[in-house]
Amino acid sequence: MRSKVATATLTMLALSITAVSCGGGSGDSDAASSVGPIKVWLSNNPEEIAWGKQMVDAWNSENPDEKVTAQEIPAGKTSEEVIGAAITAGNAPCLVFNTSPAAVPQFEKQGGLVALDSFEGGTEYVESRSGDVAEQYQSPDGQYFQIPWKSNPVMIFYNKDIMKKAGVDPENPPLATYDEFLATSRKIVDSGAADAAIWPAPSSEFFQSWFDFYPLYAAETGGTQLVEDGNATFDSEQGKAVADFWATMYSEGLSQQEKYNADSFADQKAGMAIVGPWAVAVYGDKINWGVAPVPTSAGTSPEETYTFSDAKNIGLYSACKNQKTAFEVLKFATSEEQDGQLLELTGQMPLRTDLQATYPDYFAEKPEYETFADQASRTVEVPNVPNSIAIWQAFRDQYSKSVIFGEGTVDEALTGASDEATKLAGES
Amino acid sequence: MTTHSATSGTGAPPGTRPRSSKLAALLGRQPLGIVLAAPYAIFLAAVFAYPLGLAVWISFHDYFFSAPGAQVDRPFVGLDNYKEVLGDPAVRRSFLNVLEFLVINVPLTVALSLVLAAALNGAIRGRSFLRIAYFVPYVTASVALVSVWLFLFSQGGMVNQLLGDLAPKPSWLVNKGLAMPVIAMFVTWKQLGFSVLIYLAALQNVPKELYESASVDGAGQAKSFWHVTVPGVRPATTLVLILAIITGANLFTEPYLLTNGGGPNGASASPVLVMYQKGIEQGSPDTAAAIGVLLVIGVLLIALVNKFLLERE
Repeated sequence: MRSKVATATLTMLALSITAVSCGGGSGDSDAASSVGPIKVWLSNNPEEIAWGKQMVDAWNSENPDEKVTAQEIPAGKTSEEVIGAAITAGNAPCLVFNTSPAAVPQFEKQGGLVALDSFEGGTEYVESRSGDVAEQYQSPDGQYFQIPWKSNPVMIFYNKDIMKKAGVDPENPPLATYDEFLATSRKIVDSGAADAAIWPAPSSEFFQSWFDFYPLYAAETGGTQLVEDGNATFDSEQGKAVADFWATMYSEGLSQQEKYNADSFADQKAGMAIVGPWAVAVYGDKINWGVAPVPTSAGTSPEETYTFSDAKNIGLYSACKNQKTAFEVLKFATSEEQDGQLLELTGQMPLRTDLQATYPDYFAEKPEYETFADQASRTVEVPNVPNSIAIWQAFRDQYSKSVIFGEGTVDEALTGASDEATKLAGES
Repeated sequence: MTTHSATSGTGAPPGTRPRSSKLAALLGRQPLGIVLAAPYAIFLAAVFAYPLGLAVWISFHDYFFSAPGAQVDRPFVGLDNYKEVLGDPAVRRSFLNVLEFLVINVPLTVALSLVLAAALNGAIRGRSFLRIAYFVPYVTASVALVSVWLFLFSQGGMVNQLLGDLAPKPSWLVNKGLAMPVIAMFVTWKQLGFSVLIYLAALQNVPKELYESASVDGAGQAKSFWHVTVPGVRPATTLVLILAIITGANLFTEPYLLTNGGGPNGASASPVLVMYQKGIEQGSPDTAAAIGVLLVIGVLLIALVNKFLLERE
């Protein structure tokens, strides 16, 4: 603690020394056509490591001269910080199978990513694998600096035992409209079945809005992003409706204002949670769970309900010396076969069209994933705009103030956040 | 300034010092000292002076981290970064938060550590154990200690259970008015052992005769403490004050962990936390550097004022 200012400053400065001392262009024409061994980073959860290991083994057995070495992403507060530091230091791997779409604009600005369009057939490949969904991952200039890989479309998980205890039909709890959701929530809390009806993290980190406001906003608007065409979209009737819903949840104590420092759903302190398909494996045997789409003000049929994708994509980094090999590995890792392996080993949804038709055996064997697979075709991504993280932080600050802690009005907060978001989106 | 005596007989023109004399003046009477101090001086220059200079440079430019070899433009922007951070409510609030922290933490640290040191300097039972007990939190990682305080001060924590209906609503760590005071208390408790140690060392230099004289003059324990101990450890008080201010200015881990990234509506966000958000998370090291420079200036000013007030005769 003695030298936090120095540490923070030194961290930035140590990174900047490299940057200050270098000049030239990030594009390396030799690297773009070069083949040879490459390094890749994987997410650090056991399921994805298992997938990565088999993918690398499969590639290496077919391409012994272009060997891939995989490792877990180095430890850090967040993956984005680690990748950002690696870009600056010039030691990023060729591929990162855990690139957050929210961080892509920043990495792009840093000159850390290679446009996939620059490879022959790059654009066609990206669009052929993901269909219309790919458009959300285009940069403002129309280029692809990431390939859509996998999503965790978030839905409402509910604990059937808690519902039953609260006097709610456990097989079909009323959760479709805001009024129904609030009524069910009140029953859960008033009956003492759980401390909270639902307990999203009420903390200030920029990404927390992806798991409370944004899924409901996606549903309420039928798939509108937070920022579109350079303008914030959420200072609207739909945005206010979502914010008011959450404000009611907090003001009535149905959601808690203090973060639960573990898993409130697993510990049965909350009757519901907003989670993706990863939760099936995590809660599977421990909790008697059910799943429902996120609510909307008027109620939307499940097959028309949108949500937040919580996607992670693959980026090809400019530090890579053998980019041609890296692009081939990227295509190999996103092939139909490897996507099937990803689904099998992690339960996460490849960002591809018509998953159920492509992998019918899997969904026949594991019907509990079918709902998520269907939901995966209707997801909204974080906007691919400059200052993406700063925009989310500005939004979170205003949301936290008005919705969670009831300071000032929701209208003022949304207008303030909207003005700031539009300003930030307009800066390069 | 001319030195006529130094030029006599050297043949050097009037008003100049001969080269050998200049060198001698530069090296001092013990040139070996420079050799001995050089490694640390080089270390300081490399690890503190250069980064500080670079931070100042960054704060005057439109700067962001980039990949080696990337073609980026980093134009000089004058005071734009400073205007931006001073116009940012989150930054202004963070400076006010840290001031609130200092107002609580610094007097508490000085007063408690001095009283405890004076007590632990006396012949009391279990003195060694108590000295160690006060020092343990200081040498324990904040991350580990935070969990203890979360256990105590969270919504369903022990403190609220004891208080029952008297528990604050919202609870301590999500209460705009209480989050920073709780953090200040935590840091006071954590740092106390170190300050006590400084005072214990200082107390060894307070002559015993002064206490005897005070006793002969009829002073009780309280008067002796106030008129002998407090003035006797004044240099240590200056040091404790400055260290407490620097610790406060460096506040990061506690608000980050205890109040999950800055507390309710940024009520416990510190300047360093905002620096981290802007510089690392949001990729704006230029504005983060500006905050850092302002923070350094602020800490220096406060420390100088304290030193002046405490050490004036």
